[in-house]
Amino acid sequence: MVSEVASGAKAEFEPKIVAFVCNWCTYTGADLAGTSRLQMAPNVRVVRLPCTGRIDPLFITKAFEGGADGVIVSGCHPADCHYTAGNYHARRRFAIFRDLLDFMGVDVRRTTFSWVSASEGGKWRDVVNDTTARVKQLGPFAEYQGLSVAPPPARSQAPASGEWESSPRGRDTP
Amino acid sequence: MSRIGVLVCHCGENIGRTVDCASVARALGDLPGVAHAADYKYMCSDPGQLLVKQAIAEKKLDGVVVAACSPRMHEKTFRRACASAGMNAFLCEMANIREHCSWIHESRGDATEKAIALARAIVEKVKRNQPLSPIRIPIERRALVIGGGIAGIQAALDIAEGGREVVLVEKEPSIGGHMSQLSETFPTLDCSQCILTPRMVEAYQHPGIKLLAYSEVESVSGYIGNFEVKVRRKARSVDETRCNGCGECQAACPNKKIPSEFEQGLGKRSAIYVPFPQAVPNIPVIDRAHCALFRGRAKGLKKDACSKCKEACGRQAVDFDQQDTFTTVKVGAVVVATGYQLYSVGKQQPSDKLKGYGEYGYGTIPDVIDGLQFERLASASGPTGGKILRPSDGKEPKKIVFLQCIGSRDPAKGIEYCSKVCCMYVAKHTMLYRHKVHDGKAYVFYMDVRAAGKGYEEFARRAVEEEGAIYLRGRVSKLERTGNAIKVHGFDTLSGRPMVIDADMVVLATAMRPQPGIEALAQKLSVSCDGHGFINEAHPKLRPVETNTAGVFVAGACQAPRDIPDSVAMASGAASKVLGLFSNEELERDPTVAVVDETGCAGCFHCERVCPYGAVERKEIKDRKGVLLKVVATVNKGVCQGCGTCQATCPSKNVELQGFTDEQIFAAISAL
Repeated sequence: MVSEVASGAKAEFEPKIVAFVCNWCTYTGADLAGTSRLQMAPNVRVVRLPCTGRIDPLFITKAFEGGADGVIVSGCHPADCHYTAGNYHARRRFAIFRDLLDFMGVDVRRTTFSWVSASEGGKWRDVVNDTTARVKQLGPFAEYQGLSVAPPPARSQAPASGEWESSPRGRDTP
Repeated sequence: MSRIGVLVCHCGENIGRTVDCASVARALGDLPGVAHAADYKYMCSDPGQLLVKQAIAEKKLDGVVVAACSPRMHEKTFRRACASAGMNAFLCEMANIREHCSWIHESRGDATEKAIALARAIVEKVKRNQPLSPIRIPIERRALVIGGGIAGIQAALDIAEGGREVVLVEKEPSIGGHMSQLSETFPTLDCSQCILTPRMVEAYQHPGIKLLAYSEVESVSGYIGNFEVKVRRKARSVDETRCNGCGECQAACPNKKIPSEFEQGLGKRSAIYVPFPQAVPNIPVIDRAHCALFRGRAKGLKKDACSKCKEACGRQAVDFDQQDTFTTVKVGAVVVATGYQLYSVGKQQPSDKLKGYGEYGYGTIPDVIDGLQFERLASASGPTGGKILRPSDGKEPKKIVFLQCIGSRDPAKGIEYCSKVCCMYVAKHTMLYRHKVHDGKAYVFYMDVRAAGKGYEEFARRAVEEEGAIYLRGRVSKLERTGNAIKVHGFDTLSGRPMVIDADMVVLATAMRPQPGIEALAQKLSVSCDGHGFINEAHPKLRPVETNTAGVFVAGACQAPRDIPDSVAMASGAASKVLGLFSNEELERDPTVAVVDETGCAGCFHCERVCPYGAVERKEIKDRKGVLLKVVATVNKGVCQGCGTCQATCPSKNVELQGFTDEQIFAAISAL
């Protein structure tokens, strides 16, 4: 009985989601969610940056390349940016970048862009849970895996580093 | 190979309950480049910090990762501990396995796995951290105070008394602000002018304060410790150095029918005028929009239409050809104290959001006035000499109805907030009225009486119990002029009955709004405003007089509706912040700033365009002979606040935000 439940749980796909958040609003909002003990899906891992303006679109492709199944970008609400305008630059950047992602074959439903302020712990939980549920439905994102020159989490199973370096980039897709 | 130390905190049970800290430490200890991994019950405690210091010394660590609570909580603590052990503080970072992990997950397996991933990412980042040292910038120890009301005067005096120079800028011809218009002040019924004017004079005569009246801030550049402010000195048409304030020019001016701003339109003034007799500086100004000479000149008349004031002036101080001039001041800190304006009740509103109260007939019924106008009527120096008389026929009103919350607490009219001072000043008005008209009746329509403050509740009760003001809980739907009286259609919600009062005069306690132009000023200073235009403080509880721009402080009613004691307390608070800043010769700042690699920079200046602070400057690179090779971007470390937008924008990736470089973040992402 127990083993059945365990195997049933195992069968469910648990996505890995990387969140890029600004230090002043969303990171603090996520801290508040913690302080308020709001339970949420354990699939989201937060990368703290000073501002959403700092988020290079390459971070997102890098996350997909590194095995992420979904990405969240979140910062201060419009007009609330700690640095006055970083979130506006981010908004314009990602409005365009979404089209590029689509063109590159990444389902844009794997990405979530949102504003979460320092007082919105509940909203952060919702963003985390909604994104996790949506990415679960979409299934694993495997297209980019293996593109990485040296994927660190799987280092022990990977071929010797020499082979990774010598193999032309992008060729060793499984 | 790096030698990173990983220290995992249990935080008592807070982390240990859901995260298996020992296995986190074990898993991270196996990573390449990790020389030390341990877990401990309370890492932030003294013995915990000692563990960090010992590990640095014994294992010769070149980086420390503390997997514990949020870096917002204890990053400073651990960086300080690392620095005291001889390691560069910026080689220490925290992985947040409490707020972002143990507190929000129940499954021990999931939480432990996530904690390992979070810490692993920080380990990879710290491997690529560079030692950084705090940035030091010299401070110009002079302050600018914008606004010469009671808040600005108080801030200027406090800073000057602290031994630092102050430049006080006031846009009106005189300092004093709204407080100079008030008759008496609650809850002590002190005469407002009697307590204010000595302070005005003190500020004017203080050797440490340079007063620039009738001036406005034109532009602001620079950053904390090093602002450069351009001030427009508006043309008074009177030479300040020659004028001795005798007043002959005012007497000579033929146009004496101009509604006085100081008297809220209830009194008249001449075209060349001093706003009020106690004005500081006591130097007149020509209102060019109303002066016959300037109106004539604007129409293109060759001959000056009038020059009576000039002829009357014995000191040749009147100068019709004076132009606006500009002065630039260098200051290290700015205090914004621009104050408030009243919600204008009429149909004309500055924005679509504000609806006004057309139904109250303000502006069309002459005996419907606002609170500041009542102050002028009650003031001994006012247009009626302190007698309460109706503006329409100059008769003494026997029945006055006061309406509270006009604009305030009324989202339908565009303002949700409480203006804070109206309950108190209406209580005061009823008292002033009853002191002057003993048989008069004062009615007050109120929503709630909010009398929070020392002696305030007692004062408001006194208005009812001793002075006989009649308080009616409810709103007024309409004011109607019927013959000589104003019909007030209200509803008393406590008795559940509609009320109709035939009043002789109605006083509207209108909401406080920030000064017009506050948003433009906020933009010049890079500070933000809330939806109503009030300046945002850095933190509503813990940093109430700071703004989000370092070196810019806020005092008084430009931040939120404030009464006089609040404004003065805030001003002293802002002044002490300024003096605290000025107690250092140099400023130490977090080195999270952008740095340009000049060899690779192509000089496209995308970074310059996106920088919210104007921190990106152009620099010419020349060879030994002085031939220009190229122009590159360079970041002024004093101005840069470290948002990193430039780095994300740079097409060639030649600008890097220290502490958050691409290399560090890519490594962290790959390790998650």
